[in-house]
Amino acid sequence: MAAAAKAGEATLRHAFGNVLSFFILLLIGVLAFSIRLFSVIKYESVIHEFDPYFNYRVTQFLTKNGIYDFWNWFDDRTWYPLGRVIGGTVYPGLTLTAGTIWWLLNSLNIPLSVETVCVFTAPIFSAFASWATYLLTKEVKGAGAGLTAAALLAMVPSYISRSVAGSYDNEAVAIFALIITFYLYIKTLNTGSLFYATLNAIAYFYMVCSWGGYTFIINLIPMHVLLCIVTGRYSSRLYIAYAPLVVLGTLLAALVPVVGFNAVMTSEHFASFLVFIILHVVALVYYIKGILSPKMFKVAVTLVVSVGLVVCCAVIAILVALVASSPTKGWSGRSLSLLDPTYASKYIPIIASVSEHQPPTWPSYFMDINVLAFLVPAGIIACFLPLSDASSFVVLYIVTSVYFSGVMVRLMLVFAPAACIMSGIALSQAFDVFTRSIKFQLLRILGFSEADAGDGSSANVVPENDAVKVDKSEETIKERPSRKNKKKEKEQMEKAQAEKTSAKSKTEKRLLVLPMELSVIGLLLLVFMGAFYVVHCVWAAAEAYSAPSIVLTSYTHEGLHVFDDFREAYAWLRHNTEVDDKVASWWDYGYQTTAMANRTVIVDNNTWNNTHIATVGTAMSSPEKAAWEIFNSLDVKYVLVVFGGLVGYPSDDINKFLWMVRIGGGVFPHIKEPDYLRDGQYRIDSQATPTMLNCLMYKLSYYRFVETDGKGFDRVRRTEIGKKYFKLTHFEEVFTTHHWMVRIYKLKPSKNRIRGKMKKSKSRTSTPSSKRSGSRKKNPWQ
Amino acid sequence: MARSTGKDAQALFHSLRSAYAATPTTLKIIDLYVGFAVFTALIQVVYMAIVGSFPFNSFLSGVLSCVGTAVLAVCLRIQVNKDNKEFKHQMIFIPQIAGPTTRASFCRLCSLQFGAAFGDHEFPWINLDPAST
Repeated sequence: MAAAAKAGEATLRHAFGNVLSFFILLLIGVLAFSIRLFSVIKYESVIHEFDPYFNYRVTQFLTKNGIYDFWNWFDDRTWYPLGRVIGGTVYPGLTLTAGTIWWLLNSLNIPLSVETVCVFTAPIFSAFASWATYLLTKEVKGAGAGLTAAALLAMVPSYISRSVAGSYDNEAVAIFALIITFYLYIKTLNTGSLFYATLNAIAYFYMVCSWGGYTFIINLIPMHVLLCIVTGRYSSRLYIAYAPLVVLGTLLAALVPVVGFNAVMTSEHFASFLVFIILHVVALVYYIKGILSPKMFKVAVTLVVSVGLVVCCAVIAILVALVASSPTKGWSGRSLSLLDPTYASKYIPIIASVSEHQPPTWPSYFMDINVLAFLVPAGIIACFLPLSDASSFVVLYIVTSVYFSGVMVRLMLVFAPAACIMSGIALSQAFDVFTRSIKFQLLRILGFSEADAGDGSSANVVPENDAVKVDKSEETIKERPSRKNKKKEKEQMEKAQAEKTSAKSKTEKRLLVLPMELSVIGLLLLVFMGAFYVVHCVWAAAEAYSAPSIVLTSYTHEGLHVFDDFREAYAWLRHNTEVDDKVASWWDYGYQTTAMANRTVIVDNNTWNNTHIATVGTAMSSPEKAAWEIFNSLDVKYVLVVFGGLVGYPSDDINKFLWMVRIGGGVFPHIKEPDYLRDGQYRIDSQATPTMLNCLMYKLSYYRFVETDGKGFDRVRRTEIGKKYFKLTHFEEVFTTHHWMVRIYKLKPSKNRIRGKMKKSKSRTSTPSSKRSGSRKKNPWQ
Repeated sequence: MARSTGKDAQALFHSLRSAYAATPTTLKIIDLYVGFAVFTALIQVVYMAIVGSFPFNSFLSGVLSCVGTAVLAVCLRIQVNKDNKEFKHQMIFIPQIAGPTTRASFCRLCSLQFGAAFGDHEFPWINLDPAST
């Protein structure tokens, strides 16, 4: 009777807890969405940066022309004259997702434009990602930790930086796909159900569609399987979790055109196959061990080892020979630069030049994950008490992601969910102990007589924020699946008993309980820490990560000043040039030019062809005539240059010039970097080398610059320029934006060759231009 | 020493065979199916070694679908095995059907898709190429 009443009460409490969780999750989703809207409020609903413009253009094409044309699209408006096979070289996940959302909304007669859908895709998927984090952490440590982790992920600045409204890039959906793949893997590991294994493979397929970072998953999961095998935690659920994923996953990954046969041929995937084989061997060994007697098993082992070793060596020798025969050992350039951080700077300057690929500085860790940086070690310790398959996976995840985040600042993004999970676990455990202590102490104070459940151990326990207490299994650890009723009853029974006896009969450890004041203070401090985190995240989202990069603002004494030069220049190009005109610029601006100005470009941000980029770089570093020749051979009509000297915009082409020289010099040896350096520095003032003062980039940037203030003071380099008065012979200026940030030049057509004047002097033949006789006249083409 | 190894091997095979004979018939049927799937995959590998690997995608889809069938059948065997204490017997049949069905349909889809890229090699009657109309 009493038990039934208690059961009813527990059901009610449980139901109430569920409803509360649901509403909290809903609020977390709303939070994740709204914190990313600062850029829309401060600027406008516009697509940011460079890469999102390409994705936006592809999505436009998809919505206009349908999916078959999208798969078969050969883009001739970029990488002129090579073109680019977009269907086969783009990760289609993001564009297909946004296209599907647009199509769905439009078929429901909600007429949102493609741009709106693209801008808001990222915040929506970050809400989904926080829900996925809740699910993942719930599998590892329980619902409380799940909710905390989800709340932390909704706000963590590292993730916000790549998923604000308007940052329409692959990571927006890829992080969601990553977390949900991990969740489904852990769920399969915990339950051993093939249903989740299939879902896992489908989620992995979505991840492969979305981002090149899928290789992280296909290497992390095999590593975890290997770890489980080596630590003796092999079970049949492990087999069910891993083997279908590998086979189905490889099959599905090969379906994506950009991956194709790489799914079985590149070294990034070999780890999964290797572990697949190892897993089968281990499964076989366990099976045979199960059906044989121990003596026979020993015999079997000796036999197999002697024979198998020979076979193994042969196979490994063949494999090593195959892999070693390729110069990069089968790895792609980007993966190699992750494993060996110095690789890119030695061999592939393009990868080294991208600012996102530089290693992060120490302060950026605090900026990006803030308070979580101290909670992560506590979470790691919490995962070891007790260690389950799921918690070992999360530990492995965070260790590997810390390494990769140290190599490349862009990969801080992969580290952020791991940090949130760990911190969620740590915070949840800490809160558990504090509230349990308070509840227990309160009950004791209010007069429960038989209260002696292992308390007063404050001497052993360090009352700091990041101490972790030993937990009873009533805390929602999930090692085995158990139905909710059973768990709830167990919980209830144990609560009742805890007030009477100290130690339980079986394997549970003693409850540690802190004194009341300590718990209250600890709780308050944790809340303050959380408040600090929230304040920092909101500040980071509002001030640091919401800049669209295409519109710049600054605060002068007159108020807000807006620099909209980029769009001004692209609009000018769009309205004042022919549709087929080719525009040359440095590769940073390629995507924006094709998307907004709708003109054919020579190189763009995809950077797949190093030689082509080197050609443009050489042209920018050469004197006018040579540059004209190069551009003319590429059919270029207009050259676009970004110049920040008048307003102090530091990311202009003169500051990027060193990369033009390096990349150009890497392919064309007549460009030698020391020619441009004075004392090891690139200078544009009077101390600059003559090669520098004569190169096209200098001339196009500083043409007529002296007219602005009479002295030609460059606000970025903070000096006066070296050569102030010069004329352009092969180019003419057609447009300069309001703040001189973008300058557009047109190639002058070559002059007609003059035959009449040549006849006066020695006319051997009717060859048009003889240098000797033309020297009297000012021939600009010399 | 070779003698004793030989005798040991014989004793080993004997005990293996007797232990295996004790498994229930349903599991044996599943094992037979797994063996058949692996055999099919091996045949395809041998064929590729003889004839050459073009078109590679048909080889890939064929081998991977056979291996996938084998793996999923092994998973079925694991879950159906009464000696395995970790699984509840009744609740798993639906996932068992769903899993292999999904995989089979994916594999057929993949082979079709791969085949369609080289329409005249694998499935000449398929004409999915929109440009050819």
